[in-house]
Amino acid sequence: MAVYELKQTLEAPSSTKGMIHWLKDNLFSTPINTLLTLSGVALLFYIIPPFLNWAVFDADFVGSTREQCTSGGACWVFIHAKIDMFMYGFYPAAEVWRLKTALALILVIVAIFKFFKSNKIRFSILTLYFIISYILISGGYFGLEHVPTEKWGGLMLTVVVATVGIIFSFPIGIIVAFGRQSDLPIIKSVCVTYVELIRGVPLITILFMSSIVLPLFFPEGVTFDKLLRALIGLTFFQAAYVAENIRGGLQSIPSGQYEAADAIGLSYWQKMILVILPQALKVAIPNLVGAFISLFQDTTLVLIIGLFDLLAMVRIAAADSYWLGMETEGYVFVTAIFWAFCYGMSRYSNKLEKQFNTNLK
Amino acid sequence: MLALLRNQKVRGILFQILTILSVVAFLWYIGDNTMTNIEQRGIKTGFAFLDGTAGFEIDEAPISFSSSDTYGRVFLVGLLNTLIVTFVGIIFATILGLLVGILRLSKNWLIRKIATAYIDIFRNIPILLQILFWYNVVLNAMPSPKQSLEFVGGIFVNNRGLYIPKPDMNSTTIFVLTSLAIVFVSIYLLNKWANKRQETTGEDFPVIIVGFSALVLVPIVAYFIGGADFNFDYPALRGFNFQGGKTISPEFLALTFALVIYTATFIAEAIRSGIEAVSKGQKEAAASIGLSGYQALKLVVLPQAIRIAIPPVINQYLNLAKNSSLAAAVGYPEIITLFAGITLNQVGQAIEIIAITMLVYLTISLVVSALLNWFNHKMKIKER
Repeated sequence: MAVYELKQTLEAPSSTKGMIHWLKDNLFSTPINTLLTLSGVALLFYIIPPFLNWAVFDADFVGSTREQCTSGGACWVFIHAKIDMFMYGFYPAAEVWRLKTALALILVIVAIFKFFKSNKIRFSILTLYFIISYILISGGYFGLEHVPTEKWGGLMLTVVVATVGIIFSFPIGIIVAFGRQSDLPIIKSVCVTYVELIRGVPLITILFMSSIVLPLFFPEGVTFDKLLRALIGLTFFQAAYVAENIRGGLQSIPSGQYEAADAIGLSYWQKMILVILPQALKVAIPNLVGAFISLFQDTTLVLIIGLFDLLAMVRIAAADSYWLGMETEGYVFVTAIFWAFCYGMSRYSNKLEKQFNTNLK
Repeated sequence: MLALLRNQKVRGILFQILTILSVVAFLWYIGDNTMTNIEQRGIKTGFAFLDGTAGFEIDEAPISFSSSDTYGRVFLVGLLNTLIVTFVGIIFATILGLLVGILRLSKNWLIRKIATAYIDIFRNIPILLQILFWYNVVLNAMPSPKQSLEFVGGIFVNNRGLYIPKPDMNSTTIFVLTSLAIVFVSIYLLNKWANKRQETTGEDFPVIIVGFSALVLVPIVAYFIGGADFNFDYPALRGFNFQGGKTISPEFLALTFALVIYTATFIAEAIRSGIEAVSKGQKEAAASIGLSGYQALKLVVLPQAIRIAIPPVINQYLNLAKNSSLAAAVGYPEIITLFAGITLNQVGQAIEIIAITMLVYLTISLVVSALLNWFNHKMKIKER
């Protein structure tokens, strides 16, 4: 008869939860992993403390003159002294309240939107808002002093360029995307040529074209503002990308939807606007936000054709002989602003993507 | 008549005719205006300017260039420099992107977070801002030539650029370079053969180990056969600046660095999503038929991941080529700076010059999309 001996019970694992276990599992599971962790720590140690020292601990925040920057780190006093320039460019200081009003009106609109759910009313309110802000910013009516676009600059110009680009490229992009999906061969080839031509060249060539060649296209006497020329170039550039994204959305709509719309006797435009587009936009929105992020980044290119956007302001502000050598602070500040805008938008697009994904399934 | 208008076909044709008419009318209108404007302003037309003498010097010309050369040669220099930046950028961006993409999927929490932070930070900063940052802040902060930072192996960095030793073209160098070329070709052929054998017999061949050891050993052997005589031309400080060696200008450094760092974030994302897109069932199936972890990766996961990841990566290459046009902001002499910038200012024939420049980029785009189509065709799932 076999004799079975009771074996000693195994010791319980030290822990499957808690800090130590997590560390073991995630950072030190194998020798290679440990090595990776250590080099990661070294990398962070090499980058973060010196940067924090420069930007925070050794930095000077208060004051108004260069002499108050004594501790050797970043001199944020420079940003403080030039903040109006970074924000509004050369916009006359006495008129800056107009920009602030236009900004504050956005809050009013958000509040109004809480009460009016109808798309038609919202659309009219938005249109009204853009007209009012244009009058506020540019002036020339109602006793407001006219501020020529040469004086626009800084973050305000960047936001104006991006907003105008987004708003006007959207309808053009939708029409081109419809054209590309159309059965009519000539319409289709015109749209395909447009999209592929634009997408094949860098934005800077389009901007050169709109700023140098465009004036040649129109009779003597018709003059375009420098800003307007940049906006035309940027809008038509962006429209090609918007069209591609919307086409992606259109292609995801099953043909049954088109046939159903035809069957109940809708016209082409009724079919596209009431049935197809709402579904296609839903699919395309995450990509569209992506396209708008790149548009926002691309607005920096206007400095190459001589407009003073936020990025161009760094050079101008640091060229002040009193603040010479403050370029680093300027670039870091501007980087932070651009980064915050773009990162915020990309987070938002991630959120939208998740939201729409669950809706579809 | 009205019934005819309600006919969809008739309306389609009418609408198209209207489109053609309006496009033609628009083109005629701007063409006519342009001709009048050009005549009035006394601007020349045609491409004869390409034979005109440029009259300026170019600092970084890959082919010999002097101020007595023609604008045609200026165009060529610009084109070559665009291609050089694009080529170097693509190579480094691929390496960095691949590395970060893989690290983002690492089991190590810290490494994963660092890779994610890198991607989140750099893809959300405009590329032009990054180029200007590296150029104006980082490279400007470098010391003057007299106080250059020295690295091992005779590499110097100062605010005028990066100086690296240049090997003399003697027999050793030529031997080593040829041996490297031979090794690369043989690895490619070996890989082809091994794949074929794998498919017909199922036997695996350790291509990576053999290839890697060949890559290390063969050049060493070639070095000794070639006379073991490496002779470098070291950069050295003479007077106020460095002489000898190979100089890499700050413009090129800033541009390439920014392009690589920016594009690598997108490549890393493409690679990550390609690997993540391979379904879990595929990995489980691979494990269940007894493949090892490495075999599963090589035979099951990677072939499927590559199919998904490569098209967006190639698109990023195209974006890199297009973004290289931002060299104009720092004055690196590529096609935009030289041709659409300096030449345009001197000659004034905006229409011709911008058309040529756009055509260059369009050609690059067409070549890349042809490449993409070829790849998609080749990678199409072949059902047996």
